[in-house]
Amino acid sequence: MNIGILALQGAFAAHQRVLTDLGASVTLVRGVEDVDGLDGIVLPGGESTTMSMLLDSSGIAAPLRERVRNGFPVFGTCAGLILLAEKIIDGRADQQQLGGLAITARRNGYGRQIDSFEASITICEIENTFAMNGVFIRAPRIEEATGDVEVLGTVNGDVVLVRQGNILGATFHPELSDDHRVHEMFLKMVSRYHNDLEQAQEVRS
Amino acid sequence: MSNPQTGSFPVKRGLAEMLSGGVIMDVVTPEQAKIAEDAGACAVMALERVPADIRRDGGIARMSDPDMIEGIKATVTIPVMAKARIGHFVEAQIIQSLGVDFIDESEVLTPADEAHHIDKYKFDVPFVCGATNLGEALRRISEGAAMIRSKGEAGTGNIVEAVRHLRSILGDIRRIGQADSAELFDWAKQLQAPLPLVQELAETGRLPVPLFCAGGIATPADAALAMQLGAEAVFVGSGIFKSDEPERRARAIVEATTHFQDADVLAKVSRGLGAPMTGIGMDEINQRYAERGW
Repeated sequence: MNIGILALQGAFAAHQRVLTDLGASVTLVRGVEDVDGLDGIVLPGGESTTMSMLLDSSGIAAPLRERVRNGFPVFGTCAGLILLAEKIIDGRADQQQLGGLAITARRNGYGRQIDSFEASITICEIENTFAMNGVFIRAPRIEEATGDVEVLGTVNGDVVLVRQGNILGATFHPELSDDHRVHEMFLKMVSRYHNDLEQAQEVRS
Repeated sequence: MSNPQTGSFPVKRGLAEMLSGGVIMDVVTPEQAKIAEDAGACAVMALERVPADIRRDGGIARMSDPDMIEGIKATVTIPVMAKARIGHFVEAQIIQSLGVDFIDESEVLTPADEAHHIDKYKFDVPFVCGATNLGEALRRISEGAAMIRSKGEAGTGNIVEAVRHLRSILGDIRRIGQADSAELFDWAKQLQAPLPLVQELAETGRLPVPLFCAGGIATPADAALAMQLGAEAVFVGSGIFKSDEPERRARAIVEATTHFQDADVLAKVSRGLGAPMTGIGMDEINQRYAERGW
């Protein structure tokens, strides 16, 4: 499986370490040509304003937006989740959006670095329920999620992990902990997406 | 673990990870901070004088006025850093109380303690410290630093010292990776660094916190050089606002830091930037800031 990691700015190296540990091959995405041939893509944490500017200048924004719209598997953490949110509060007016997640996200919704925290997250997926440690860095806060959005993880009542179609979004940083279960969840979504595509093609032929 | 917990080491190191691949720019006014954010800086360093001016003016360089730091904090949405003097834990307490996102215990300011650095574990806010070699880097990490940067030679616009420091740190990390377990004791002794950190380094092949480059970056090519040598992000101090066209240069250095392996992009962004800061040679300066720190 070839997973792209948007590597314009941010914690792409941490995602790379986790995905490599899990046996995926990784492509660091810095130019339009890197977007081709991927099975899924990770949008890491970092500064969403910086990433948005570089998405624009590199020309990656348009092809990526089209893929997200067509159901391509994508996993956004922190700033990556902000890029995927349909609505942002406290962002910059000129911020590039990919959209796809029907949520309202407040940038730095828990405050500055001094308010950043670790907390135990309860994750409920259809197959399993578990608790894992989550690191939140100047994290966005999901203020609203529409009915199309599945809530997979919460901390003290706050929604911190969501899924809509093939889009997975976390306000925390699973790439910074030793627990790789959220990344495993994403890799499963990627292989399910490609199995479904293959089956659809077989039916057609 | 209480739920939730602030100020833990993973939370501190986490912000350093988020700044990777980016450019942190020195700014002295809210207007400059806005220019930096517009150009794609991932954070700004709020200070009263850039290192080139500190060098020119001489005298004692101290923490910035809290009003000035707050003015910059109010202007931008990206993280804001500020500098405290080496060993001056009260300046650090004040900066933490201002809600600044990262403290740079910096050799650019005049040291307040000639034997001790700040006990950074006592703070909830993360610290970055400079290093010229691996021993210094590991000592700072053992005191609680969540990020290491090369010292370079601030305010000179001359990349030579930052290259020396990066090569020294990364070269020794590579050599330790080849060492056998008995040799690690000697490495710890030679480096004057805690053995467990040396052993961890041998195991993982990298520092336990991100390594950034600072000190002397003046051009997009300088930034890309630091990144190709193995730095994970860059600080640009005097290099931007001491140049002819700060907006364009800032933007070009951001692009160069992302596309550091792509010479075509580097050639494109290096064009028409106006004059860089003039810069000074190492034999022309009488005070080496990099020698401050123990």
